[in-house]
Amino acid sequence: MGFVLSGRAGTGLGLGTAVLFLSLVVFIPLAAVVWRSGAEGPGAFWQAVRTPDAWAALQLTVGASLIVAFVNLVMGTLIAWVLVRDTFPGKPIVDVLIDLPFALPTIVAGLVLLALYGPQSPMGVNIAYGQVSVVVALLFVTLPFVVRNVQPVLLELDRDMEQAAASLGAGPLVIFRRIILPNLLPAMLSGTALAFTRAIAEFGATVLISGNLPFKTQVAAVYIFGQIETDNTTGAAAVATVLLVVALLVVLVLDVLQRWGASRG
Amino acid sequence: MAKYAIRLVALVYLLFLLALPVGLVGWRTFENGIVPVVESLSSPEAMHAFQITIVVAVWAVVINTIFGVGMAVLLVRHRFPGKRLLNATIDLPLAVSPVVVGLALILVYGRFSPVGGWLDERGVQIIFSTPGMVLATVFVSLPLVVRAVEPVLAEMGIEQEQAAHTLGASGVQTFRRITIPGIRAALIYGVVLCLARALGEYGAIAVVSGRLVGQTQTLTLFVEERFQNFQESDAFAASTALALLAVLTLVVSKLLRPKDAD
Repeated sequence: MGFVLSGRAGTGLGLGTAVLFLSLVVFIPLAAVVWRSGAEGPGAFWQAVRTPDAWAALQLTVGASLIVAFVNLVMGTLIAWVLVRDTFPGKPIVDVLIDLPFALPTIVAGLVLLALYGPQSPMGVNIAYGQVSVVVALLFVTLPFVVRNVQPVLLELDRDMEQAAASLGAGPLVIFRRIILPNLLPAMLSGTALAFTRAIAEFGATVLISGNLPFKTQVAAVYIFGQIETDNTTGAAAVATVLLVVALLVVLVLDVLQRWGASRG
Repeated sequence: MAKYAIRLVALVYLLFLLALPVGLVGWRTFENGIVPVVESLSSPEAMHAFQITIVVAVWAVVINTIFGVGMAVLLVRHRFPGKRLLNATIDLPLAVSPVVVGLALILVYGRFSPVGGWLDERGVQIIFSTPGMVLATVFVSLPLVVRAVEPVLAEMGIEQEQAAHTLGASGVQTFRRITIPGIRAALIYGVVLCLARALGEYGAIAVVSGRLVGQTQTLTLFVEERFQNFQESDAFAASTALALLAVLTLVVSKLLRPKDAD
């Protein structure tokens, strides 16, 4: 490769193979979803999306994901702060633990939450089959995004500016708001955007704990799954297309945010 | 004071969201000792699920490793129009819901689609069978190897490869003796991440496998099926096995992670 296929012929062959592979695995299948959703015209598409249970699932998904994104924005930044600026025994373990939600299969994530916050909760807290359970499940799987985006930026952040501000009489709150926050904001927002895209797409973690009750706790991914099982692929494709469009929009916003961050950096 | 308050809030949040739930399942699994756990995991159904999981994961990792290294070489060492677009599309799979991945593959490779029907007539079944599960797993873990190898390959430069070339090494020799050793650590890191993702995939697999117990059931599907059938101890045992694999991945990837990323 590197040198095996250097030169224009190598580039062409490599590029051709890569695009063919991506087309077979990713592009053509995704295009098929969008095509199927619109195959019966925009009216049918809109009708499928506005089917009461589909619409309720989309509303719940977007609503819960917005809450989850906001909680992550605040708690993720706070956790990153503690991991970078604070020292306490056991910190390296906490640092490794942050990535656990990425490594843990989502179905297991749902199961562990159900064990602690379900009907058999040893603490007597039962949130299973309610909308709160959807939010908690999504918080679990999206935990690392903001933390891992903010942490490196905070590490690189020059503390001279903070010291200068402090010597000029600025209090901790002013320093945070005027010096630290502006520097962290691009990373905080891109982490939040990633958490939001993950949240609207999530399936496995919500399956066990939410109970998948239509109009109450059924998220969009679970709705799509149900439609596939009952052979309503057009309905499934319509809701899937909505999710794809939302994800694409967030990816575009993310790209803008990253360039904004780079231009400030 | 503020320092302690912030630390407390962060740690309590992590305790209740992460540590307690995971710890509780671990504790519930081994409540009655290790014997019932071993029994649960060595039942024929569990062993079969293990086997399917490993077959699917190994295929997916092999495919993604070949694709990942090739793609990284292409993106770092070659120039062509549309490179930025290709680069952007690599991350696309991470933004797609696993269920949508499954739906997408069914629409193209299912028996009632033109492509799937054509293959079916020739005796090749993709959906509700191993190839479909491999495809789904390849899809969801697509960017992991590329993104692990790419920065290291870029940093390595081409001087050594050029030197080998001028000394008469063939392309294959250069690739095997210079390029691969140079990216080894990053490659292993990417493979570990890809393997972990492949072993743990649930949503996309749930759609394309048809969830046929004893045929296409992977370990994650086994967890769900056992839990829904009120065989909690089996579900907990398999979950703990998967969680231990996840922790192992974390430790290995922590050790392998490039130093400057820490």
